[in-house]
Amino acid sequence: MQLSQNKSWREVVSDEILVSIDQHIEAHLNVPGALMPLLHAIQDDIGYVPESSYPRIAKALNLSVAEVHGVVSFYHHFRTHAPGKHILQLCRAESCQAMGSEALESFVKKTLGVDYHQTTADGTITLEPIYCLGNCACSPAVLIDDQVCGRVDIDRMNEIIAEARSA
Amino acid sequence: MAINVYVPRDSSALSLGAHKVAANIQAEALRRGVEINLIRNGSRGLFWLETMVEVATAKGRVAYGPVMPKDVASLFDADFTQGAAHPLNLGLTDEIEWLKKQERLTFARVGITDPVSVEDYVSHDGFKGLKNALAKSGAEIVKEVTDSGLRGRGGAAFPTGIKWNTVLNAPADQKYIVCNADEGDSGTYSDRMIMEGDPLVLVEGMTIAALAVGATQGYIYLRSEYPDALVTLNEAIANAYQAGYLGDDICGSGKRFHLEVRRAAGAYVCGEETSLLESLEGKRGLVRFKPPLPAIEGLFGKPTVVNNVISLATVPIILDKGGKFYQDFGMGRSRGTLPIQLAGNIKQCGLVEKAFGVTLRELLYDFGGGSASGKPIRAVQVGGPLGAFLPESQFDTPLDYEKFTEIWAVLGHGGIVAFDETVDMAKMARYAFEFCAVESCGKCTPCRIGSTRGVEVMDKIIAGEDHVKNITLVRDLSDTMLNGSLCALGGMTPFPVLSAMNHFPEDFGLQKGKAA
Repeated sequence: MQLSQNKSWREVVSDEILVSIDQHIEAHLNVPGALMPLLHAIQDDIGYVPESSYPRIAKALNLSVAEVHGVVSFYHHFRTHAPGKHILQLCRAESCQAMGSEALESFVKKTLGVDYHQTTADGTITLEPIYCLGNCACSPAVLIDDQVCGRVDIDRMNEIIAEARSA
Repeated sequence: MAINVYVPRDSSALSLGAHKVAANIQAEALRRGVEINLIRNGSRGLFWLETMVEVATAKGRVAYGPVMPKDVASLFDADFTQGAAHPLNLGLTDEIEWLKKQERLTFARVGITDPVSVEDYVSHDGFKGLKNALAKSGAEIVKEVTDSGLRGRGGAAFPTGIKWNTVLNAPADQKYIVCNADEGDSGTYSDRMIMEGDPLVLVEGMTIAALAVGATQGYIYLRSEYPDALVTLNEAIANAYQAGYLGDDICGSGKRFHLEVRRAAGAYVCGEETSLLESLEGKRGLVRFKPPLPAIEGLFGKPTVVNNVISLATVPIILDKGGKFYQDFGMGRSRGTLPIQLAGNIKQCGLVEKAFGVTLRELLYDFGGGSASGKPIRAVQVGGPLGAFLPESQFDTPLDYEKFTEIWAVLGHGGIVAFDETVDMAKMARYAFEFCAVESCGKCTPCRIGSTRGVEVMDKIIAGEDHVKNITLVRDLSDTMLNGSLCALGGMTPFPVLSAMNHFPEDFGLQKGKAA
């Protein structure tokens, strides 16, 4: 069994992705407290932070791989696997609960056939929980990619899902 | 002459279709040959009327709302650009009762100006506080802020002037101003509204703080859940640099201050100041032991001012009109105004800035108009997920830090979430523990383990298992978390849990009046 190459347990990413990761690392070398902005830059660009990038990041920022893993895994926002084409985030916080988000949550899970942190079989939508979008005056709220939607009822939810599936 | 038409770019307005409304207005104006100047303002904070479109007329701005994209053609048919009658016409914006009853100091410009225009900002009293600050010494600026009685609006209510004084008197080669924009409490959105509706007031406030304590670098630690605020802030900062209000030579004074937005990554605990600093340094957001205080050893080990968005955004008006002016508002030791956010099951949700002393009842019914569902309001949670639940019998409590402490509640960041009679308070107590378990940084045991044990015990109570024993256990566990946690996350989770149990014992299978 060959475990000498990291690729055997880490998700394999293309050389093209590794090149862009290296470019992001290069751009952040002189930034104070570089790790967070760097992780954001990588995720904004390729949609997630692949584990195979950890050794490169660690080396460039003079950290251990464990430290990089520790930071990525601490923050809910960062993901280590490629998400679906669209990311749907449902607010689970109190204000949205007061306006019926739990019923919406069960509806979405049933409609998409997935639980939180899972992607639909057709690869179009990844479902994630989120705690507050600051849209509490228009609860319940959801975030589809970078777009906040307010007063989301079942009809509006169906529209959001249909738009995501067709786009 | 082109007529000024305003359509908010606030993300709550956008969540209801404001971009589409703006696009339709632009297209319809072009088609009909009506010359308009479309301005994307912040929100006035009357969210049940969003998208609220305004038109500048000779008599003042006239409002229309709630405008749906499909309403745009009929607005043009009715000649709304002349302020004409239409079923959605709300009259002159300044005459809307909801706004007239408020005391908007921090929010003076929000919804009125173009948020990213330095010119518009200056023509509405912007940078007057900064000009005054540039003529003062650091100690004089700190004194003005201390005299105003301003206390940290993030929730801890620590006097801002005293914090600044500590940083001023800490000798160092480098000091920092950090703005805590990790507004994670459910039911709060005033930070977001400032950053999207008047970001330059935050830039000005941070620059004044820098002049006061001798800092040259600032960071705004912004939630990743606020993508629209990020865009607006960055635009405003770039424009401030261009106009010479940020950079190496602020307004020709020779003073230097640089400002940058850093994105958080969805960890609630990073709203705690030391955890925030760890995160800014590129680490896991683990809470630090105090002392040393961040004012002495903060970001990268240097003296650092960490203030909430609203605290910093209130500084410009204090430096403009004087500490005494601000101090004249409020009650007791709670001076000035508080931007209150109505959320959850309320008919008229929105931003109410009032002097301290207004009661919950006035806010919920006079401003809020009661519940959205039409059912009686049974409980309100004030101050986010770590705030206590209050029953109807406490609705006459005035908003004042000390009055809230007396009833074992907190004002926090001024968010009020209302629940109608369908709420199950045992479920809310369980949720409080669950939230703490999801968000705990894991450094201290009471929070890390206690929250998970709390969920388990609440599940048993809800299932009716060993009732008396488990209620006692939750109280005991809460006591440990209250007294043994390192920060407010574990230390205040018992507030929602115990207040729910004490005020709504019937939901926990207990007899009313026998909360034990």
